[in-house]
Formats: sequence, structure tokens, C-alpha cells
Amino acid sequence: MTTEIPPTLPRKSATFDDYTLSEIRRAAATGIYDIRGGGAKRALPHFDDLLFLGASMSRYPLEGYRERCGTKVVLGTQFAKYPIELDIPITIAGMSFGSLSAQAKEALGRGASIAGTSTTTGDGGMTVEERGHSKTLVYQYLPSRYGMNPDDLRKADAIEVVVGQGAKPGGGGMLLGQKISDRVAAMRDLPKGIDQRSACRHPDWTGPDDLAIKILELREITNWETPVYVKISGTRPFYDTALCVKAGADVVVLDGMQGGTAATQDVFIEHVGQPTLACIRPAVQALQDLGMHRKVQLVISGGIRNGADVAKALALGADAVSIGTAALVALGDNDPALEAEYNKLGTTAGAYDDWHEGRDPAGISTQDPELAKRLDPIAAGRRLANYLKVMALEAQTIARACGKSHVNNLEPEDLVALTVESAAMAQVPLAGTDWIPGRSG
Amino acid sequence: MAELDLKATGVRSVNSTLHGLTAGANEQDWLIKNPMGQHAIACGLDAPLNVTIDGHVGFYCGGMNQQAVITIQGHAGVGVAENMMSGQVRVTGSASDAAGATAHGGLLVIEGDASSRCGISMKGVNIVVGGSVGHMSGFMAQSGLLVVCGDASDALGDSIYEAILFVAGKVGSLGADCIEKEMRPEHLIKLADLLEAAGLDQDPARFRRYGSARALYNFDIDNVDAY
Repeated sequence: MTTEIPPTLPRKSATFDDYTLSEIRRAAATGIYDIRGGGAKRALPHFDDLLFLGASMSRYPLEGYRERCGTKVVLGTQFAKYPIELDIPITIAGMSFGSLSAQAKEALGRGASIAGTSTTTGDGGMTVEERGHSKTLVYQYLPSRYGMNPDDLRKADAIEVVVGQGAKPGGGGMLLGQKISDRVAAMRDLPKGIDQRSACRHPDWTGPDDLAIKILELREITNWETPVYVKISGTRPFYDTALCVKAGADVVVLDGMQGGTAATQDVFIEHVGQPTLACIRPAVQALQDLGMHRKVQLVISGGIRNGADVAKALALGADAVSIGTAALVALGDNDPALEAEYNKLGTTAGAYDDWHEGRDPAGISTQDPELAKRLDPIAAGRRLANYLKVMALEAQTIARACGKSHVNNLEPEDLVALTVESAAMAQVPLAGTDWIPGRSG
Repeated sequence: MAELDLKATGVRSVNSTLHGLTAGANEQDWLIKNPMGQHAIACGLDAPLNVTIDGHVGFYCGGMNQQAVITIQGHAGVGVAENMMSGQVRVTGSASDAAGATAHGGLLVIEGDASSRCGISMKGVNIVVGGSVGHMSGFMAQSGLLVVCGDASDALGDSIYEAILFVAGKVGSLGADCIEKEMRPEHLIKLADLLEAAGLDQDPARFRRYGSARALYNFDIDNVDAY
């Protein structure tokens, strides 16, 4: 009788998994950190970890399709003469011309306008296309001030002072030379083809006391007509939100770490900041403590994908949400129909994130005229509008099921959490219990 | 000259009055009395006005100016003439941080000293400082001319792009990618013209020229310590 010893199967390390090993080899070969676009890809506590309870014996629902469930939202009601009125509480986040093609910016404007919401400029200034095709346009005021000028400031429907971005809190930006076309270079007052660095903090103010004066200046220049948002990253949401209010913001835009970027270091995206889910309740608490909840509006971004995410963010206290990555996907980013071309770039549809290289086969994150013209801004804008409307309908569906006549009437009481972590972050009970970690019992 | 008493009417009223004026307005010359160091005075002007401010001002005086000629008879706070597009801002005293920050055009003259980060991210403005400038002046300066008749403190022109810096006195240190360059005849002419426009009696031959080595324009791992 032979006695063969049964072999154990080859076992890969959970710590040194295939991706980690490949990154070590890539770093060793190139001597440079990995730069990519998008937001955090790691699994994080998110809106999927929450569930709505719906109606029951003690809560009665509204009739679907029959009984009114509002979605309109007004942003910037505190100081501005002309607040922003939106048909749906879903806005398009700031993304620059430069990182995106002119066609993509136009498509964002078209789609947002059809759906009755706003879109937002980005680093690099305002293009004629996006102003022309955006009924409501928010003008970002960034540390680099690329393309910043008072004429465009006055054309904006709102101003968003960018302090932080969820993908890279405390970090600046980088638009690599490959994407610096003649037009991008001219808008940014820099030579064509060089890497354009964006500063990580504003050149002429530091801290909330200075920000209050900066906001005063912006209001003076726009005759107190235009709402001023302040965008912060998901780092210290309680204190940062309170300081935004102190500085005089009309709207606080809070971006969690799933929020995307055009380009930054992967290590930054994955290891700095907090998940969106963890940021909302502290920010709402800060507003409530100051008696400013619903007076200074809160817009949440970072990983919003569908109407359920929208409804959950609103239920936790946000007034609206903002989408970036999802909007690009609606335009046509990472479409499996382009799989062969993604393969040539060494990736696959759904994973393409080398937006900074400017070789996007979808014609979205590129300045290559041949690639960019692949994107039909009218058709892409229509897809975005469809997607926005679906999200709004989904949020309405949930709100009606919870007995709410407006999506903003959703509340934490409508939610439970599936995990201890998400229960703690969202400050709602763990499903099947009345236990909110850190608060009760 | 028409007068506006800021103490009596406030910043909003003063700016609203000036914003309402156009190139064809009857009154083009204005005196703002009692500025009291208030912020955002005469910001966002967009007409060929002559505005004199009789005293010290706070942050962002003359911010985003277009066309107007603004004279501050005193000292200026942070960000004087920030993001100016055209026109002129003159400070007869000294200026705080970030004078002329991100400004795209026009002429900023500071007859006294300027604090740190003078001309930070400047994008085409010309700045002339009669005295000295603080550290990190010309940081990420993209284009335009910065003239310093006195000394420049540490890290001058750090991460500079295509702006040109002229300094008559000592330079504490140069920032990353900023180097001294040859002063050629065309630079002397340009400098002389700018000093004359600023109304400063200085000999261009005293100045040295600094600009970008352009070594950091495209990322190179061997330059990582400089980033």
C-alpha cells in the first residue's frame, strides 16, 4: 500500500493579494507611485448597508404614481438674493474642462438642464459650451484659480469655494501634459504640454476667519445675488461643517472618499479621508447644533449610484446629493461595448481609471480631438438626463413607501442598518434591534 | 472729485455705487474716505474709474479689478488686487500677504514692502514693489513680471512657471526650479519701462533676473525631492 501524502493547495496571502503584489512589482519597475482617476475602490461601509423600513401598521404609505411626492429643492436660501431652484435633489459635481473633453462638459450641461438640475465647472474655468448648455451652472472657485475671472463669476448661478475633495483631502491636483491642449493651456495661462499642478490650498486665505472675508469679497463682486457654496472633504465633518457656517456659506457640499478625482495618487485615494456614510450625521449634527439645518443646505457626494442612495442620504439629513463618477458612466464611460479598446490599454471595461493619460476610448476624459469627437454630446446628455430622472423616480418610490410627500421628508427613523459599523456611522438602529452603537443601550 | 464716506455708508453701499458706474458716467474720479481697514473695498470694479482710498484697507482691496485705477493712500491687507484683470492698483504704504495673488493683468505698485507670497500664482499681472518682499514670493508664478527694488526673502519663485522676477537687492534663497538667468538687453528695456510706469526712480542695471529652470515641467522621479 502506497502512502502518498495529500498535498495542501497553494495558498495566497490575504495580506499580499494579487493586486498588492502587482503594485509592488509596478513600483519597483517604475520608481513612481500609481496615479489614477476615480474614488476609493476598496470595500467601505456604504449606503448598501442601510435599509428602509417602509410603511407598516403605524406608518401609512402614499399611493405610488398618484399622491404627490415632491423632489424640488432650493439651495442657497440664507444670504443670496437668487437661490438655486432645482427640480430634483441630484446635482452634477465639479469636473474640469481639461480633465474632461468639451463634448463631455457640454453633455453634462445638456443632461442636467433636461433633468432640471445644476452642473458645475472645475479646475480650469468655465467653457462657453458648458455655460451655454447649462441652465443652472455652479462655478468652482479653486486654489489654482486657473481660468478664474470676474466676468465668468458673474455669469454663474452659484459659486462653490472648493476647500477639499473627498478623493484627496489636503491634496492639490495634477493635469498631466498629455491633456494640455492649446485650448486648455490658454485657459490656464500655462504652456502647452507641461504638467499643470494645482495648489492644495488657496493662495490668499487660510482658515475659516479668512474664508469669511473671502466669501464677503465674492458676495460684494456679485452684489450679494449669487449663492456661495463651500465644498469640503470628508475629514472632520462636524467641525468643518460648523466652520463653513461660521464663514458664511449658503450651502455646504460634503464629499466622502468614494468621490472621484481626475487624477491623484492611488495611495491618497484609498487611505485619506472617511467614507461618505460616516460623514453625513456629524455634518447634520453640526448644522442642528447651530440651528442651521435646512437653513444652510447640505449636499452630499461620494459614491451616489441610484435613487436608493439618494433617498438614504436625504433621510440622514442631506438636502441634496451630487454625482460625478456615475454621471460619467451615464455619458458612456467604461462601457463594455468598448472592451476591445480598454484591453489595448491594459485594462477592462469597469476598471478603466487612467483618466489622466487622456486616451479614453469613450471620448470623455480626453483632450484628443479624434477621441473626443466620438462622444455625441446630445445623445450623451440625453442618457444622463434619463439616468437622473430614474434616480429621482427611485427616490420618490421609496419616499412614498415611507409615507413621505417630499423626498426631503425622509428621516433617520425610516432606516435600519445591516452592520454594526454602518449602524454606528449612520446612527440608526441595527436591523432587528433598537441598538444604535455609541448612543443607546 | 466725488466722495464716498465708508464710515457713514458701509462697504456694500460704496461698492454698489462704484459697480453702478460705466465708462460713460459723468463722475469718473472718486475719493473713499474713512476706509477704517475694512475688507473688500473697491473690489470687482469694471469701469475706467480713478478711485482714491484715503487710509488703510483690509483684505482684498481692488480684488478682481478691471479697468479702474485705484490708489490706496496707506497700507493694504491680505490679497490686495488679487486676481486683477486690468487697470492699476497702487499702495502708497506696505502690503500684507499674497499681494496680487493669481492676478491676470494690469499693474500693481506697492511703494513700501510686501509680505510673504507676493505674486503667488500670478497669471500675467505686472507687480512692482518699492521695498522688499517676504518668503515664497512668486510661488507657482505663471506669467507676468515681479519687480522687487529691495530684498526678497527665502524660497523666491518656488515652483515658478513662466513669470519673470527682477530683484535689486539680496535674495534669501531660491525656491525649487527657480534659477538666476542672464539679464539681456530686452530685459533691461522691459524693466525700465515697468519702473517708469510704476513711477519709481530706480536704475535697471541694479537688478538681477530670475525665472524657471523648467526642470519640473514634466514629472521625473529623479527630481522627486524637489516636488
